[in-house]
Formats: sequence, structure tokens, C-alpha cells
Amino acid sequence: MMDLATLQVIWFLLFGVLIIGYAILDGFDLGIGALSLFVRDPRQRGQHMDVIAPVWDGNEVWLLTGGGALFAAFPPVYATVFSGFYIAFMLLLAALIFRAVSFEFRHKIDSPGWRSFWDYAFGLGSLVPALLYGVAVGNVLHGLPVTKDATGFVWQGTFLGLLNPYALLVGVTGLAMFLTHGALYLAFKADGPVAQRAGRWAPRLWIAWVALWALSTMATVLVSSWLLVGLLRNPLFFLLLGLALASLVAIPVWARSGSFGKAFLASSTAIAAQIGLVGLSLFPRLVPSSLDLEGASMTITNASSTQPTLTAMLVIALIGMPLVIGYTFFIYRVFKGRVAPGEFYGNHGVPGGH
Amino acid sequence: MDPIFLARLQFALTIGFHFLFPPISIGLGWMLVIVETLGWRTKNDIYVRMGRFFAKLLALTFAMGVATGIVMEFQFGTNWARYSTFVGDIFGAPLAAEGVFAFFLESGFLGLYLFGRERVSKGVHWFSALMVAVGATISAFWILVANSWQQTPAGFDIVGGRAVLTSFVDAVFNPSMGVRFYHTMAAALVTGAFFMAGVSAWQMLRGKGGDVAPKALRLSVLFGLVFSILSAFPTGHEHAKQVARDQPEKFAAIEGLYETQTSAPLVLFGVHHDGTPPTLKATIEIPSLLSWMAFGDVNAQVKGIQDFPPDQIPPLWITFVSFHNMVLLGMLFLAVTGLGLLLLWRGRLDTARWYQWLVVVVSPLPLAACQFGWVAAEVGRQPWAVYKVLRTSDSVSVSVGAPEILFSIILFSSIYLLLGGLYLFLLAREANHGPEPIKGVA
Ligand code: HDD
Ligand code: HEM
Ligand code: HEM
Repeated sequence: MMDLATLQVIWFLLFGVLIIGYAILDGFDLGIGALSLFVRDPRQRGQHMDVIAPVWDGNEVWLLTGGGALFAAFPPVYATVFSGFYIAFMLLLAALIFRAVSFEFRHKIDSPGWRSFWDYAFGLGSLVPALLYGVAVGNVLHGLPVTKDATGFVWQGTFLGLLNPYALLVGVTGLAMFLTHGALYLAFKADGPVAQRAGRWAPRLWIAWVALWALSTMATVLVSSWLLVGLLRNPLFFLLLGLALASLVAIPVWARSGSFGKAFLASSTAIAAQIGLVGLSLFPRLVPSSLDLEGASMTITNASSTQPTLTAMLVIALIGMPLVIGYTFFIYRVFKGRVAPGEFYGNHGVPGGH
Repeated sequence: MDPIFLARLQFALTIGFHFLFPPISIGLGWMLVIVETLGWRTKNDIYVRMGRFFAKLLALTFAMGVATGIVMEFQFGTNWARYSTFVGDIFGAPLAAEGVFAFFLESGFLGLYLFGRERVSKGVHWFSALMVAVGATISAFWILVANSWQQTPAGFDIVGGRAVLTSFVDAVFNPSMGVRFYHTMAAALVTGAFFMAGVSAWQMLRGKGGDVAPKALRLSVLFGLVFSILSAFPTGHEHAKQVARDQPEKFAAIEGLYETQTSAPLVLFGVHHDGTPPTLKATIEIPSLLSWMAFGDVNAQVKGIQDFPPDQIPPLWITFVSFHNMVLLGMLFLAVTGLGLLLLWRGRLDTARWYQWLVVVVSPLPLAACQFGWVAAEVGRQPWAVYKVLRTSDSVSVSVGAPEILFSIILFSSIYLLLGGLYLFLLAREANHGPEPIKGVA
């Protein structure tokens, strides 16, 4: 059996892998959904849905599994942070609920009002999560108002406290990231005018992403300089930073030449590297405390489950995840090729449909 | 208002609403496996169109299940923070396993099943239907592991005020896990079969069924009968024996046994009176049957409510009524599907309009039985969140106040009311539309 300390590091990494998987996969769904808010033609908005129809739910499961893994591996984090983020969480859940049903509901009734209601549900249901995830990351990087007493960790914050300018900056950065990522996938996967427009959007969104990322990185150094302690002597840091920069640069290069598939892979890599940087700077903390950094931060040691649990979970992950990755590849291959408007949902009398 | 009460209300509302959809998805999922198998093997076009039609209803139901399930996944952290910290070492793993083994499978293959009919071979398409049903079943397995552990905890120790895992296998296969899984699966299959029967009977009554609905009705009545039998015997009966063995105060509450007795009677009807001690009046009972059913011995002693410490017994009236309604409904499903078999045998199933009406009226009731079953099981577990280990009152989030919970109750109730109404509306529309007619005809 592996010793507890090793398992704790492994689960920190695996949790990171789940977050990255979610950000890359559901990331493009969220981006495509949010971008649909800026499309006028209902038929083309429908095409935004068609492009992700067969796969979006599978992509969302990365979030659910991440939530389950956090619960299992680091229960105090799951409990304290989720109850602390209460109102924000309820808004997130409401958004995800509306997004989930919009796919099924929108195409069922042929009326402009009905369709436009579900278009907003789809668009806002994607935009709100895409924004809130970054706000959450910003709050974690900033440190959360947690103290520790004999009973465990105690939340001291308020909902409005979560909406500080720094966290909002990180939130907007995340949004720009998801929008760029979604536009690239759309340019790669849709056909016709929707793909062309997404191809024009992508480089502009990319500029916003890069600028905001640079800005929030500088802000992070100012707000939480302790994150840098030890980081500058860590070769892994420079590796991830290099990867992030290289893949960011590659995006417009490939996008210009029309290789949107490659540009999408580059933005996936950039997302992975940027999340990796966040994880590396936090490690071994999961949630730094803004009130008592040394004494009340939740770390992989003081917030983890026991060795038998982490071992059982590792076995589950090692059996399950290769299977998941295998059939997910298979399913994406079945649906390869560009997606036309109405490919999966039909047009139901939308102007221009058949 | 009391945050504990609100948190319980919130949980009961959201899980109760969520659990309207999984039983349909699980049951209809398996019915579709049967239909697709017939379609693939017999090459009969009727089954292909039947599959196509009911797959649309599955997709609609599934979307509702997904939307409401997301809330459940995070609810433990938001509302039950102290509970989550206390049991996290044990309780989180089944939730994660459900994601890894079940949610990926069902959501991935549902996409393939719904949208890939023209892109893959018939065999692969059939396989995708199978994986949707298997995924839903695995999902039920793992979430019921988590729930059963609360009912009959095993494989753990209490260290430093937290439950810590000592044996994963013991925790997973805790004493009530097996029966709860089988019984809930049987219940879901009953629900799915009745759903299909109800929709088909409705279409026949409206003259929209074509050649598909009569066959679908036949199929679902037949399987409905098999599943109804399974829900009562062996799974329901074995479940009752398990409760008698592991949770005697709950058993006394659901059975309405107030005084400890040898040769305890089975109470069919009774009216609860509060008081010290509480009593049950106006009872109709069958002598000695309970002793025999629970312990296989007409003389066995069964402990009554009055002999348990008052601070360890569940609310009595609601558990008694819920449990008895579930069993009553179970008998009704047996009778209705049994009658259907008789009509089928006489060759009158397609023409007996009164029977089709009966099926339409009864078809949503398995959902009521499912809710009654859960209320009996969960309210019957009170005052414990984890039986004999952690009290419900010690489980809530300290940092979340009554106004916040109230906000989320109002938020989710309004969303669910809206979505529930739209679901019914869309379901009725699809049902009225009917399955596709044969190509070229109509
Ligand atoms: C994985 C765990 C789990 C699962 C699968 C279920 N429940 Fe449960 N239930 C809980 C975990 C739980 C809980 C978190 O432990 C609660 C909250 C407080 C409590 O005592 O138990 C609870 C309470 C609770 C209550 C309130 C009881 C009370 O406070 O008096 C109801 C009515 C239900 N549940 C109903 C259901 C239904 C309809 C389910 C069917 C799907 C269900 N539960 C599955
Ligand atoms: C409190 C406990 C529960 C939690 C945390 C929970 C969580 C979830 C989540 C997150 C989803 C969405 C998955 C997706 O996106 O594909 C879901 C759907 C589903 N759940 Fe639950 N669930 C609970 C109770 C149950 C129970 C008791 C059952 C069955 C016995 C069940 C069976 C299903 C099934 C079959 C689905 C797929 C969608 C559907 O069929 O409607 N769940 N659940
Ligand atoms: C007809 C005879 C039946 C018997 C003897 C029976 C017995 C039981 C018992 C003993 C429990 C456990 C309650 C507890 O823990 O307090 C239970 C729970 C339950 N029953 Fe039934 N039941 C029957 C029919 C049905 C039917 C027809 C359905 C639905 C279609 C159903 C759905 C459920 C559900 C969903 C639960 C909660 C989950 C669980 O604890 O397994 N039951 N039943």
C-alpha cells in the first residue's frame, strides 16, 4: 500500500486533472453557449447547440466527478467552501439547470417566443458559470475567510465579500478564456457562416484573454505575494509557464492559417498549463486562509481523508478513467466532421429551415 | 425559522423532485433495451419506430434528471457541511464512483443512442441503448450505497469526532445495501413499464397509436406484471425482513406496532394518536402474520414503539401511512397488470377501452409508490442522519443561516415548478403526436 503522504499528493494531482478535463471539455460548451447570445439568426443559434448536442452532458460529468472526488478526498474543503459560497453556488446551479434543459426544450415547440426564451436559458446558463468559475478561483488565490478551531474549519465570510475586484478580474479572465476556446471549437466544428464568424471572433477574443491573463497574473502577485514563495526556484513552474506562453502564441498563428483544430488543441494546452500554474502555486494548500495563512489554511495534509479511502478512490480512478477516456474518444470519432444547422435537432420551421 | 427544519425541507423537496425522473429513466431505459433488441433481431419495423418514439421521451426525462441531479451532487456540501465533514471519509467515495462508473457511461452513450442511429452499425446502436440502461443502473447502485450506509453504517470507526473508513468492502456492502438496490431497481422497472403502458394506452384511446401502441401496450403490461411481482416478492419482503433485523424502531413505526408482542399481528389499517405513550386505534389486523413475515416464526417477539427511548423513535404517523400506501399501490399494480394479462390471453387487450383508461390513470402511480417508499425509509431513519451515529440536528451547515436556505428553497421551488409543468406539457404533446406512421402511409 502507498503511504498517506504520497496518496495526498496524488489526489491533489488527480483533482487537478479533473478540473482541467472539465475546463477543456465543458469549457468549449460554455464558450459556445455564451457566444450564442451574440448571434441574431435563430437558426444559427440553434446550430451552436447542434455542434455540442451529443457530447455536452458527458463533458459536464467532469464537474460532477470533480465534486465527488473533492468530497471523498478532501471533505472539509468540499463542506466548508461550498457552504461558504452558498448563494454563489445556488446561482451557479440555477444556471446549469437551465442550460441542461434548454437542449431538449428549445426544439420542441415552433414559436419564436418559446425559442428565444430557451436561447437565453442556453446563453445565460453558459455565461454565468463561465464567469463564476473564475471568480471562485480568484477567491481561492486571494485566500478565503476561514479560521480553525477545535471542531474544524469555520467560514467567516459573506456573499458580497466574494465579489471583490480582484476575484472579478480573474472571473472575467476565465470568461475570456472560455469564449476564445469555444470560438475555436465552433470554427473547427460548425459549417457555413457560423464557423466563419467564429473564426473572425477567435483572434479578438484571444487578445482579451492574453491581456486579462497578464493583468490578473500581475494582480495575483500583488494580492497574494506569498504564492510566489519557492515558486521561482521550481523548474516545474518554468516548464508550465513556458508551455502556457508557447501554446498561447500558437493559437493565433494556427487560427490565421485556418487550422482551427490545431488552434483548439493549443488553447486546450494553454488552459491546462494555466490551471496547472494555479495548482502549483497553491500546492500543498487547497484553500489558503486570508485570516490566518499559516494556521488555518486547508492543505492536503490537514484536510484529507484517510489512507484506506484515498486508496479505494485511487483503485476506482485507475479502473474507471481509462474506460471513460476510451469510449469518450470513440464517441467523438463517431461524431467527427462539421455540423450543419439542424443536424441533430432539425429546424422545426425556423426561417430558412427545411 | 429553524435552519435545521429548512435544510430538511430543502433536501426533501430537491431529492423528491429529482427522484421523479430517475425511476422513469432507469425503467424506460431497460424497456428500450428490450424494444431495440426485438427491433434488431426480428428486423420488424414496428419495434424500430417504437424505439425511436420512446427514445424521445427518454431524452426529455433524462434531461430533467440531469438538471435536478446536479443540485443533489453539491447539496451535501452547501447545506449539510457538518454532515459532510463527519462522513466525508466514507460518503464521498460512492459519489465519485457514481461519476466515474455511471454518469460518463450513460451520458456518453445517450448522445450516441439519440443522435448516432445513422452513423453507427445496428449492433453498436443497440449496444449504446444497453449502455444507457447499464449506466443508469450503476448510478443507482452507487448512490444507494451512500444512502444505505446512512441507514445501516458499517466498515468504519469514529476517530477524533469523524467517521473513518476501516473497510471499503464492508462499507459498500453494508447490511441494507443489497435489498435496497434490488427493491429500488424493481420499483424503477415497474415505473418504466407503467410509463410506457400509460403513454401507449393514451395513444390508442386518442386513435393516435397506429400499429406501434398496441404492441407497446402488450409488451409493457407483460413486463409490468413481472416487475410488479419482483417489487413485492422477493425484494419488498426481503427488505422488510432487513428493516426488522437492523432498524427495529423503524420497523415498529412503519408497521404500526406500538406494543411489544409475541405473535405480533400485521396491521392493515390504523389511526395514530399522540400521547404518552402514543397509541394506534381503530386497527384492522391479521393475527401473528407480522412475526411470521419478519422472523419466519408465528411466535417471534416483535418490539413495539413504546419500548424504545422516546428520543430515538421516528415520526410515527407519516412513516406508517407512507409505508402502507406503498404496499397498497404495489398490490394495485399487480392487480392491474394481472388483469392485463388476462385480457391479452382472451385477445381483448387492444379493444378494451375501459382497461386502457385504467392503465392511463394508474400509470403515474408507481412514482407515488417510489416517493412513499423513500419517505418511509428516510423519515423512518430520523432522528438520525447516520443511524445511531450522527443526529440530523448535528448535521447542518453552521455558516448557512435560515434566510439563505429560504432563498434557495424559493429559487429551486420556482424553477422546479416551471420545469415540471413544462415537462408534463411537452410529454403530453409528444404523446398526442404519436409514433411515426409507416413510411408512405398516412
Ligand atoms: C446519498 C444519500 C441519499 C439518497 C440516495 C437519498 N437521500 Fe434522502 N436524505 C439524505 C440522503 C439521501 C440525507 C442527506 O442524509 C438526509 C437529509 C437529512 C437527513 O436526515 O437525511 C435525507 C433526508 C430526506 C428526507 C427528509 C427526511 C426528514 O428530514 O424527515 C426525505 C423526504 C428524503 N430524504 C427523501 C429521499 C428520496 C425521495 C430519495 C430518493 C431518491 C432519497 N431521499 C435518497
Ligand atoms: C442524494 C442523492 C443523489 C445525488 C447526489 C444524485 C446526483 C445526480 C446527478 C449529479 C445527476 C446528473 C448526471 C449527469 O449529468 O448525467 C443525476 C442523474 C441521475 N440520477 Fe441521481 N442523484 C441522487 C439520487 C439518485 C437516486 C436515489 C437514484 C436512483 C436510484 C438516482 C439515479 C439517477 C439516474 C438514473 C440519473 C440519470 C438521469 C436520469 O435518469 O434522470 N439518483 N443524479
Ligand atoms: C408490494 C409490496 C412492497 C413491499 C413489501 C415493500 C417493502 C418495502 C420496505 C420494507 C422498504 C424499506 C422502508 C424502510 O427502510 O423503512 C421499502 C422501500 C421502498 N419501496 Fe417498497 N415495497 C413494496 C412495493 C413497492 C412498490 C410497488 C414500489 C414502487 C413502484 C416501491 C418503492 C420503494 C422505494 C423507492 C423504497 C425506498 C428505497 C428503499 O429503501 O429501498 N415499493 N419498500
